[in-house]
Amino acid sequence: MDLDFTPEEEKFRAEVREWLEANVPAEPLASFDTAEGFAAHQEWEARLHGAGLSVVTWPVEYGGREASLTEWLIFEEEYYRAGAPGRVGQNGIYLLAPSLFEFGTPEQKARFLPPMASGEEVWAQGWSEPEAGSDLANVHSRAEKVDGGWLVSGQKTWSSRAVHGHWLFALVRTDPDSVRHHGLTYFLLPLNAPGVTVRGIHQLDGYAGFAEVFLDKVFVPDDQVLGEVGQGWKVAMSTTGSERGLTLRSPGRFLAAADRLVDRAREAGPLDDGLREDVADSWIRARAYQSYTFQTLTRILDGESIGPESSINKIFWSEMDLRLHETGLRLLGPAGELVEGAPEAVDGGRWADGFLFALAGPIYGGTNEVQRNIIAERVLGLPREPRSKR
Amino acid sequence: MRLGLTPEHKQFGDAVAGLLEAHGGAEDVWERLAGLGVPAVLVPEEHEGAGGDEVDLLAVLEQAGRAALGEPVVEAAVAARLLSGIGGDLAAEWLPRLASGEALVVAAPGPYVPHADRAGLVLVGEGGAWYAVEPEAGSLTVQRSLDPLRRLSAVRVPEGSVPVAEGALAAEAFDRGAALTAVQLVGVARRLVDFAVRYAGERSQYGRPIGSFQGLQHQIADALVDVEFARPAAYKAAYALAKGEAEASLDASGAKALASDAALHAAKVSLQVHGAIGYTMELDLHRWLRRAWSLASAWGDASHHRRAVAAKLIG
Repeated sequence: MDLDFTPEEEKFRAEVREWLEANVPAEPLASFDTAEGFAAHQEWEARLHGAGLSVVTWPVEYGGREASLTEWLIFEEEYYRAGAPGRVGQNGIYLLAPSLFEFGTPEQKARFLPPMASGEEVWAQGWSEPEAGSDLANVHSRAEKVDGGWLVSGQKTWSSRAVHGHWLFALVRTDPDSVRHHGLTYFLLPLNAPGVTVRGIHQLDGYAGFAEVFLDKVFVPDDQVLGEVGQGWKVAMSTTGSERGLTLRSPGRFLAAADRLVDRAREAGPLDDGLREDVADSWIRARAYQSYTFQTLTRILDGESIGPESSINKIFWSEMDLRLHETGLRLLGPAGELVEGAPEAVDGGRWADGFLFALAGPIYGGTNEVQRNIIAERVLGLPREPRSKR
Repeated sequence: MRLGLTPEHKQFGDAVAGLLEAHGGAEDVWERLAGLGVPAVLVPEEHEGAGGDEVDLLAVLEQAGRAALGEPVVEAAVAARLLSGIGGDLAAEWLPRLASGEALVVAAPGPYVPHADRAGLVLVGEGGAWYAVEPEAGSLTVQRSLDPLRRLSAVRVPEGSVPVAEGALAAEAFDRGAALTAVQLVGVARRLVDFAVRYAGERSQYGRPIGSFQGLQHQIADALVDVEFARPAAYKAAYALAKGEAEASLDASGAKALASDAALHAAKVSLQVHGAIGYTMELDLHRWLRRAWSLASAWGDASHHRRAVAAKLIG
């Protein structure tokens, strides 16, 4: 065991910290699910990119700096400590890019990765459908082969960032006789193409963070198929592993939130024992999450693959995040209800907003019930639950 | 940056696991453990010990938990560090004998000290200080407890006794006991989950293994999440103590809170999965249940440690 960072890693931390201190906007940006906020966040991504900090682990040729996973963790820790803006491009960076690196052609990588890194092109997720939520393989959208490409028709939903974003990465059935996860293909589809209709869906925070995307014979050229035709499930799964694993939720986020919670508790005056214990519990869990992540990192560096155990991670952070924000609201008492824009909101209303955001955690990226099934059957090897056949 | 055991650590743990498999249950294996060098790990070389640190004990403690070992590995380890910190005649007299297995020294918070009745020297923690008690008639009373293999005795510190350790040395001993017990609890809890998985795969009702029912699957999965997050926290706490880090006390309390809760959770789920047969002495399951209950409260329960963290962070 050696939990120290190398001098090079500490130097990297100092550089990141210095840049963030000089550049993070003093006032929080408007929500990136508004037109104004979206533009402001794109501008922020461009600045981050200019400093070589938007996609630190990527190869230099695509806009990264080939940072190690350890350095990525350091970057994230500093990013959240500095209270820097949310990442408007995170769906592309964390969900699509891993698949692009693994399955993309050299042309696709050169075409799509650089504008993703700079925030110029923002990607929306296009997997879920009205009938394909937890049961993601139940995709009904179809594509028909035509000369030079495909005509895609169907309906996607819960597509984050689709209202203001530019591209959709979508899972579509290309073999009409196929069922379940067979016969699916992974498409890269421009949201401004003829035949695309986007309707925003307002989330609990009041902003249209999701959208329904209606596709009516949208032409997608052959060179915008990612991976092989019929292999879409495999391509998408390389991405979901990434979403549930190390990459989407870094410890820095929760450590920063737990520290803010402790600050609030210090300012709140005398607290009952129950509330004090709950504050301590959130802080303990955020720190445990960091240690767990270091353990995962060690295993990855030792050449192990993480696989279904990433479901353990997803349950832990999503429940921890929710508990932390519930405790935050209790600490604030009557002011806990006040949201962004309220004259007397504490911390700009971030506790109530953070609570709403945390509520989504146990649902997206595979509900926690799906994760428990995965843990039971694929991590622990319990007998499979009988599945209905379709 | 590495958070994990080395192959040498794992070998040490495997050797202990092998010993405990051959001589498990209620057998007295302290001499055999001494033969493997377990009580010598934290004894300095100048006192004929191995001069190791807390990290060197991680694999051993986890295996001790997996085997529901009753022997006072943690209490002897805390005693070794306390005695080296105290130094002088007390250290010179007892440390070599502790390392070789010739005598047992245990350190634990009072009033109920495990294995005090077979120890040559008992270090009792009271009011933030530690007292040395040589067991003799009248100084201890053997108790009966939920977990008989822990062999609890009430140890009375004679009136007018002078503490042998106070201040930072004393406080660190409490943290060390909590952190190392957390590691042992992780082993107990993980074994309880494994028992639940095995039984749920073997036992059929309604024509299918009960482990295929989501109602049980999700309970076992949740128990596993708790255990798997307690482990790296406990490792980190042991590391922080070994390095003398400023936040070691926070890490020790955090680890003990998580591991105590994880073990109680695993015990509850494992008993529920086993149903009526789990509620008997016919299965060995009860040994792990008892160990989860007793170690969850030993060296401070989860609530105690969360309050300790709150006191340090919030004031």
